[in-house]
Amino acid sequence: MKQLLILSGKGGTGKTTIASAFIKLANAQAFADCDVDAPNLHLIMNRMGEPRRSDYYGLDKARINEDQCIGCGICKQNCRFDAISEKYGVYEIDSFGCEGCSVCEALCPVKAVEMVPALAGELMLYKKAEAVFSTAQLKMGSGTSGMLVTRVKNQMKDAANPRTELAIIDGSPGIGCPVIASLSGVDMVLIVAEPSLSGISDMERIVKTARQFGVKMAICVNKYDTNLNNTRKIEDYCGKESIVFAGTVPFDENAGKAINRGFSVVDIPCPAQQAVEKLFFTTMELLKDK
Amino acid sequence: MKIAVLSGKGGTGKTLVSVNLAAVASNAAYIDCDVEEPNGYLFFKPQGIKTLEVTVPVPQIDGLLCNGCRLCVDFCKFNALAFIKDKPVLFPEICHSCGGCVILCPQKAISERPKKVGVVSEGISGNVRVYGGIMETGASSGVPILRELFRQSKKEEGLSVIDCPPGSSCMAMESIKDADYCVLVAEPTLFGTHNLNMVHELVKVFKKPFGVVLNKCVPGENPSEEFCLEHNITVLGKILFDHKLGELNSNAYIIADELSEYRELFVDLLHRIEGEVKA
Repeated sequence: MKQLLILSGKGGTGKTTIASAFIKLANAQAFADCDVDAPNLHLIMNRMGEPRRSDYYGLDKARINEDQCIGCGICKQNCRFDAISEKYGVYEIDSFGCEGCSVCEALCPVKAVEMVPALAGELMLYKKAEAVFSTAQLKMGSGTSGMLVTRVKNQMKDAANPRTELAIIDGSPGIGCPVIASLSGVDMVLIVAEPSLSGISDMERIVKTARQFGVKMAICVNKYDTNLNNTRKIEDYCGKESIVFAGTVPFDENAGKAINRGFSVVDIPCPAQQAVEKLFFTTMELLKDK
Repeated sequence: MKIAVLSGKGGTGKTLVSVNLAAVASNAAYIDCDVEEPNGYLFFKPQGIKTLEVTVPVPQIDGLLCNGCRLCVDFCKFNALAFIKDKPVLFPEICHSCGGCVILCPQKAISERPKKVGVVSEGISGNVRVYGGIMETGASSGVPILRELFRQSKKEEGLSVIDCPPGSSCMAMESIKDADYCVLVAEPTLFGTHNLNMVHELVKVFKKPFGVVLNKCVPGENPSEEFCLEHNITVLGKILFDHKLGELNSNAYIIADELSEYRELFVDLLHRIEGEVKA
């Protein structure tokens, strides 16, 4: 199974718009949304029925048993995450701050600290005929998004028919742990750039991050006609960095309209639809290319 | 007064709103918390920049003292230590710097060294003091950089505008922790509304007063506006979709400095927010 990952660095450049269109055009039988922090792909993949849901637990988190605690403060002194507070001699764990390292548990002289399971999100698996769609929602304020991304990808791979040839994965913005987790094991990354100075700066940082994984890369520009000068800069950058420039998609209000109705941009005839189709065929050629 | 600007979804206009709010204030600090993909500095082009390296402690193992008991490897909840050829080996990118292995090693074979994860900076642009941080590519968490950023900007006693990262996870939470008021920027799309709902939950959990700015408004339907109506949420202002704004913004101009109608819009928005905070 070849895996295509869509990333962007900057948020809101059109990752999900492109991913949903590609899924449609390829009639993809395996796809996933790795933006577990703010997932959206399920909003337009709403014709797959009800998902199978399962709880996602991050690392166990500390809890202090008040009756056993002698108020020595060793736990607070050694917590690197400022997750332990003290009020009138009573020590308490801030579950948002606790990263689950269990140093406090190991050091408590009276064994008053216990590590307890902590729900950190929910995994969803949609199935319709042969097609599988894996997604998840991280619990608000939670910090273990990289682990959850790995689970989303594994859930997709496990559920997919072994004969499935192509998987399309929608990534998350930024360059941090969820992005790094989404990069491992994919065959190609398509970066959706935006022709703004912010977009260019963010694109350069995601390229630098993806390069560390030695994965094949291509760049496309969405809403390219909103700033032709910056689009040219992106094309020049690709030339200089020897990255394939896969194509452009124009600004088209039909794209937003389609999404608001729960459709992908290729479901309605419009200039953006034609451009995305062209981009899709170019990307598929690159993906197959050794 | 600290105002945090957040959105859940990326690209809705957090930086547009926060940069311009700081720019129209008579004396303000702008704090860019998107340390993975910072953009605020592109608009402000701050001068007189002072920088500070941010490091986290990571373990280093003295091979001579280590007796291969593997207590450290078994203890590490993050799997940052692996046991290879009878010796613990560290994967520093995954280490959370909890210090557990250092404390627990019976041979005292583990000490710590600083590892660079990013840089925080401070500069001036007109009336605005510009703070920002930038994470090294390949680092996994920006939280230590955010904490340093807030230590640096603690001296700010007037208005601070905090430009938050997208999402509603640990980074967004860390950014709004000390805010007096939250401004949620929403786009009129199904995606925008869904993610608005998420940050709406976040600010409610943290009991922060908040209001919404509707950005990129076009004639016709606006699911985010409907969401605000349904949930009785204060709409602080509306910014219409405008190609002229889009183009200036994409070239990193501060729109309030370029077009008087936008200066008025952001002055009004700032007054509205200040009114809400006092109320």
